[in-house]
Amino acid sequence: MNRISVNTAWCKGCGICAAFCPVKVFTQERDGTPVPEYQERCTGCKLCVLRCPDFAIQLEVSGDEPK
Amino acid sequence: MPEMKYDDYLVKSRMPLFWCSGCGNGIVLGAILRAFAKLQLDRHNTVVVTGIGCWGKADDYINTNTFHGTHGRALGFATGIKLANPELKVIALMGDGDGATIGGNHLIHAARRNVDITAIVVNNFNYGMTGGQYSGTTLEETYTTTSQFGHIESAFDLCRLVEAAGAPYVARSHVLNVIQLEGFITEAIRKKGFSFVEALSPCPTHYGRHNGMKTAPKMMQWIKENAITLKEAEKKPQAEWENKFVIGKFTDKESVDYSTRYEAVMALAEASVSKGVSEREG
Repeated sequence: MNRISVNTAWCKGCGICAAFCPVKVFTQERDGTPVPEYQERCTGCKLCVLRCPDFAIQLEVSGDEPK
Repeated sequence: MPEMKYDDYLVKSRMPLFWCSGCGNGIVLGAILRAFAKLQLDRHNTVVVTGIGCWGKADDYINTNTFHGTHGRALGFATGIKLANPELKVIALMGDGDGATIGGNHLIHAARRNVDITAIVVNNFNYGMTGGQYSGTTLEETYTTTSQFGHIESAFDLCRLVEAAGAPYVARSHVLNVIQLEGFITEAIRKKGFSFVEALSPCPTHYGRHNGMKTAPKMMQWIKENAITLKEAEKKPQAEWENKFVIGKFTDKESVDYSTRYEAVMALAEASVSKGVSEREG
């Protein structure tokens, strides 16, 4: 399974990842911090990583070599 | 040189970024750093020049040579750097207030001269850092701190402006289309001559708040819904798209850049001087 981790020290809770994830992997805490609650849905498209304005999302796609 | 990954160009000790929650600047910064990594730019041979404004702070986070200039003058400094050492890769980062409003004249003249610089303008439709005043790209009838009853001026179409001034590479995208944006930035950096990329970006703190889009996703959705690709626009009558953001590559052509022409004219001048000397002495 793909592994998503959020660096909460850099994240500002803007909600871009949650709003635009094509398969709705994220839920948000009350302060906006994203939680990758439905990680099993992740297709590994990395749009959340590319669109995160704070470099706060790391995604390890299973089978992919770490980049 | 060991292979550079995109985050090798990021100054991690300065994180988290200084920008507001949901500001699109970080997305453009990411696209730029990935373009750097794709091109494997030598950090010591690259200069990032910025002016003043929110986006003007971007140089703090980039691990190349950087130069932080005065408001609106990033392209002036960038031109000087390029002329002093044409071997350097020069990239100027400007916001719409910095690059298109206060420094608008530098923009058209750098394009006219075709100096080999890549200019990346992040357009968030207002002066974000000083409190959300209207800029040269604020859309007509929208609200800002200084246009509380609706803006009465029309906005610059920066891409058409720079294209008309003669730049050989002009493209526009928005931060939701980050893959396309990264592609444009990569092509622009590769281009010999003045290359220009405009990135439409959300400012939920000021422009968004005044126009009913308090969150970044809402403002990004608004940009997306009001965007039309250049190909689509070309098929439709102008009335259907003239109030929309036209996205795509406006120009991509070959044109001899300033440094090359300068070298050629200097060779002529030197030949003429040495001829004059030999005639006098002979």
